[in-house]
Amino acid sequence: MTAPLPMLDLKGVRKSFGAIEALKGIDLSVARQELVFIIGPSGSGKSTLLRCCNRLEEPTAGQVLFDGVDILSPGIDINETRRHIGMVFQSFNLYPHLTALGNVTLALRRVLKLPRDDANERGRAALDEVGLAERAHAWPNELSGGQQQRVAIARALALEPKVMLFDEPTSALDPELVGSVLDVMRAMRESGMTMLVVSHEMGFAREAADRVLFMDEGEVVEEGAPARIFEAPAHARTREFLRRVTGH
Amino acid sequence: MEALIYNFFNLEILLKVHPLLLKGFWMTLQLCLLVVPLGIAGGLVVAVAYSFHVRWLNWLLIAYVDFFRSFPPLVLLILVFYGLPFIGLEVPSLIAVLIAFLLNTASYYGEIFRAGIESIGRGQREAARSTGLTGLQTMVYVVLPQAVRNVLPDLISNTLEVIKFTALASVVALPELLRMGRVAQGLTYNPTPLIAVALIYLALLWPIVRLLSRLERRTMAKR
Ligand SMILES: Nc1ncnc2c1ncn2[C@@H]1O[C@H](COP(=O)(O)OP(=O)(O)O)[C@@H](O)[C@H]1O
Ligand SMILES: [Mg+2]
Repeated sequence: MTAPLPMLDLKGVRKSFGAIEALKGIDLSVARQELVFIIGPSGSGKSTLLRCCNRLEEPTAGQVLFDGVDILSPGIDINETRRHIGMVFQSFNLYPHLTALGNVTLALRRVLKLPRDDANERGRAALDEVGLAERAHAWPNELSGGQQQRVAIARALALEPKVMLFDEPTSALDPELVGSVLDVMRAMRESGMTMLVVSHEMGFAREAADRVLFMDEGEVVEEGAPARIFEAPAHARTREFLRRVTGH
Repeated sequence: MEALIYNFFNLEILLKVHPLLLKGFWMTLQLCLLVVPLGIAGGLVVAVAYSFHVRWLNWLLIAYVDFFRSFPPLVLLILVFYGLPFIGLEVPSLIAVLIAFLLNTASYYGEIFRAGIESIGRGQREAARSTGLTGLQTMVYVVLPQAVRNVLPDLISNTLEVIKFTALASVVALPELLRMGRVAQGLTYNPTPLIAVALIYLALLWPIVRLLSRLERRTMAKR
């Protein structure tokens, strides 16, 4: 019996910005329905790593296999590929000129080419999943940060992606709004979504992650089960980082 | 007083020449309705092409914009109007005028749209691309609607300039408003038609000026 195909499989991924080496050869395999959690200090390459997974950044070297297909190969239709890879940004990036529903349905209309009614129906269902069905016609600036981020999640979910990438989804939120976003992520996890999450929410990692990766200076320093990483980090750099973020 | 009215506000003369003025007004209106959309379309093409950041193309676009922004529009108009036939291109005078205006106005509109596009943060584009929209779709559905809103006052004030520019076409004998006003003046030996022309321009432009200052006040209030 062969092992099931990973959802995401990064092999020796490198990325340089001029003289800066942001990623120094990353190997990372994310299984189906797995939640992989990435921690690490600012500037360690976490965002760059996520952005290489849907080619918002072009890796300088290495392979990115998504569902077994090398998305860096020249023949690939990257726009077709991207609709199966949802992404959520720290700063939400909602379109301010569109309502919540408009944000969620734009790609349904223009990429999937759904007729307006079908797109709206599917968009409402996605907003319902994040608990915002009744705010469908609100403008982004009428929503709290937590609600905006949930709309952004709905925008990705509406395309029914196979994997979701989260880049510090709660870092820009007031503390009292973090919970509502984590609740949505927890529900996605329970419904079997494959997730790659960069975040500082260690509590969420402990409870929901299958695996935690610690990155520093463009490398994966260590990885393991959440309890192992948090309670018995093997590397001094990990210990140092955890001491700083948890504050003891 | 009587002399003033006779010379500048002579109703009798106005009645006599009003068909000429109407014809001129109609021509000016047509010119505006062609030149403004053409200029906006040309400017959009320039700005969108620029936003793809292809080095050699951007080099060309910058050269184009710089050249026509520094080239006096009247000289350009005369050059195109008399130059095209000279190189064997016999085009109707309206077309020659439109070509000259397009070259000039597209460069100005292009700069405005470019500033608007550059005012939209990278995150908007990345969010759109991450859902599978193409670069062009992202431009059309995400970037441009916001960009246009951001530079709307500039677009309108440039449009005011463009409408005033159409009077330049009188120099090459296109029968637009100013030209017809001067023809009427020549026929009647009375400056009243010119006063009428001025008032017509005012009536045409003043609502746009009002709209502009309302928009500007609104953007000020938002800041
Ligand atoms: N577009 C870019 N241009 C130049 N350098 C960049 C760019 N994006 C990221 N970097 C650099 O790459 C390194 C990793 O950045 P990033 O992936 O954003 O780290 P993290 O998300 O872990 O804070 C940093 O040194 C950063 O300055
Ligand atoms: Mg980051």
